[in-house]
Amino acid sequence: MTAFPDFALAGPELLLAAGALLLLLIGAYGSEKRSSLVSGLSVLLLLVAAVAVVIGRDGSTFGGAFVVDGFARFLKVLVLIGSAVAVVMTQRFAVAEKFFHFELPVLIVLATIGMLLMISAGDLIAVYLGLELQSLALYVVASFHRDDGRSTEAGLKYFVLGALSSGMLLYGASLIYGFTGHVDFAGIAAAAAAGGSTSLGLTFGIVFVATGIAFKVSAVPFHMWTPDVYEGAPTPVTAFFAAAPKIAAMALFVRVVMEALGPVKAEWQQIVAFMSLASMILGAFAAIGQRNIKRLMAYSSIGHMGYALVGLAAGSEAGIYGILIYLATYLAMTAGAFAVILSMRRDGAMTEDIESLAGLSRTNPTVAYLLGIIMFSLAGIPPFAGFFGKYFVFAAAINAGLYWLAVIGILSSVVGAYYYLRIVKIMFLDEPKGAFEPMGGEMKAVLGISGLFVAAFALVLGPLGDAALAAARTLF
Amino acid sequence: MTLGLAHYLSVAAILFTLGVLGIFLNRKNVIVILMSVELILLAVNLNLVAFSHFLGDLVGQVFALFVLTVAAAEAAIGLAILVAFFRNRGSIAVEDINVMKG
Repeated sequence: MTAFPDFALAGPELLLAAGALLLLLIGAYGSEKRSSLVSGLSVLLLLVAAVAVVIGRDGSTFGGAFVVDGFARFLKVLVLIGSAVAVVMTQRFAVAEKFFHFELPVLIVLATIGMLLMISAGDLIAVYLGLELQSLALYVVASFHRDDGRSTEAGLKYFVLGALSSGMLLYGASLIYGFTGHVDFAGIAAAAAAGGSTSLGLTFGIVFVATGIAFKVSAVPFHMWTPDVYEGAPTPVTAFFAAAPKIAAMALFVRVVMEALGPVKAEWQQIVAFMSLASMILGAFAAIGQRNIKRLMAYSSIGHMGYALVGLAAGSEAGIYGILIYLATYLAMTAGAFAVILSMRRDGAMTEDIESLAGLSRTNPTVAYLLGIIMFSLAGIPPFAGFFGKYFVFAAAINAGLYWLAVIGILSSVVGAYYYLRIVKIMFLDEPKGAFEPMGGEMKAVLGISGLFVAAFALVLGPLGDAALAAARTLF
Repeated sequence: MTLGLAHYLSVAAILFTLGVLGIFLNRKNVIVILMSVELILLAVNLNLVAFSHFLGDLVGQVFALFVLTVAAAEAAIGLAILVAFFRNRGSIAVEDINVMKG
């Protein structure tokens, strides 16, 4: 007889779930003025959960469906920080654009629970349930500005393609279950290793699962929803989409292929390497012609996921270490960039045009320098954070013998540098078009912290690198 | 002729393909897309239950129950977003989902 499951291991998730319900009650029984209280409490809840993740212990529970290890803990902290920053940046913007309701932070908390479950998933059922909990909340969040045609269109597109990708993932999961007889990762790995040559059914399953997850990380050729959803969704929601869900989906990708499909590396390495290659190239070239900064960030995120996938294609401990560092730096850079994008407000109206940043170095030099640092970092120029992420994944690829992948990655990052540096050029060399409205205090804080983190990344690389290394080791 | 695993898998594969084609080839109505999504999930359920029976392992049926539950939630959210979209645009034709070009 199985023992009662160990609920304490899932403490942070249970805390968030109970907290989200409580926040829903506080919001439902209060006036509209309570909305900002709900927002503040959500941030607090997410940060408390992050502390609970840090001080929690390792183990697995619910019959192996829920796993807490160093890898899960590292990424959970990143996801919780990403979600908390997104909630912080939402309030003022959503109030100004008149679509703020207390459900928005609650939905973000619910989506975050889904992400934590994805990161901790130990079998295919947990993968699916975590993914759906995250996705269902994200569909609603994308169409949250429900009087805006673009927002509802973004929600609808996201829903249709998200549902399709979940279906593909699920079909793959059913094939993997059928041809290995297991849903838990350890069982699948053992069955796949024992099989010798891989059965056709398992190969099909792997392809479908990889397709489904590739949709969620928006890797080429399954990226087509990303620019539309990023452009259409309200900007704070885009800021949220660009960071936390990407990290969670990448964590899921790593866990599924390394833990469940580790013994059949030959089957998925080609797929991951191709997706990585295509994403890097498309991210570099498609962003060049964009005038809308949200679309530009969408293509930029596609490219960055491509770089992170280089580490997964290497499939080594160094590769996973590279992914973890990459995701940490990506989170900081995205948060900082969106803090500025959310503050691009002139004459009481939001602008999304890149040209409207013209002359920012004269109207607001501090913001221009910080954004400049972030853009240099996104382009991967040393000594900023983005360089280190790229360095570690490319080094891992070279050690794994994937020279062509590393070479093309470096070339495409040179191409990508063009549009990041074009933003710097617009800010510093073009004639000013008038100042933006003053930034909110919380935006200043987010931009300042992420800018400093990015600029002084070499100093924090020591402790962060140790944590990432310990996290990467748990998968081997 | 006895019905074997291959028969069930074939039916499920056909249903899955129909569902995917329904999403991509359909040019008319978003409701049809929602139905196609349901078709995909039901194909998966058929797969899971067939595997579960032929492997003699209950986990597949548990998985199928979870999928059913989530499918219901997914349909509800899809319809809710569709209603919000219809209020803004006055149409649910697929060709009208075109404000943003991707």
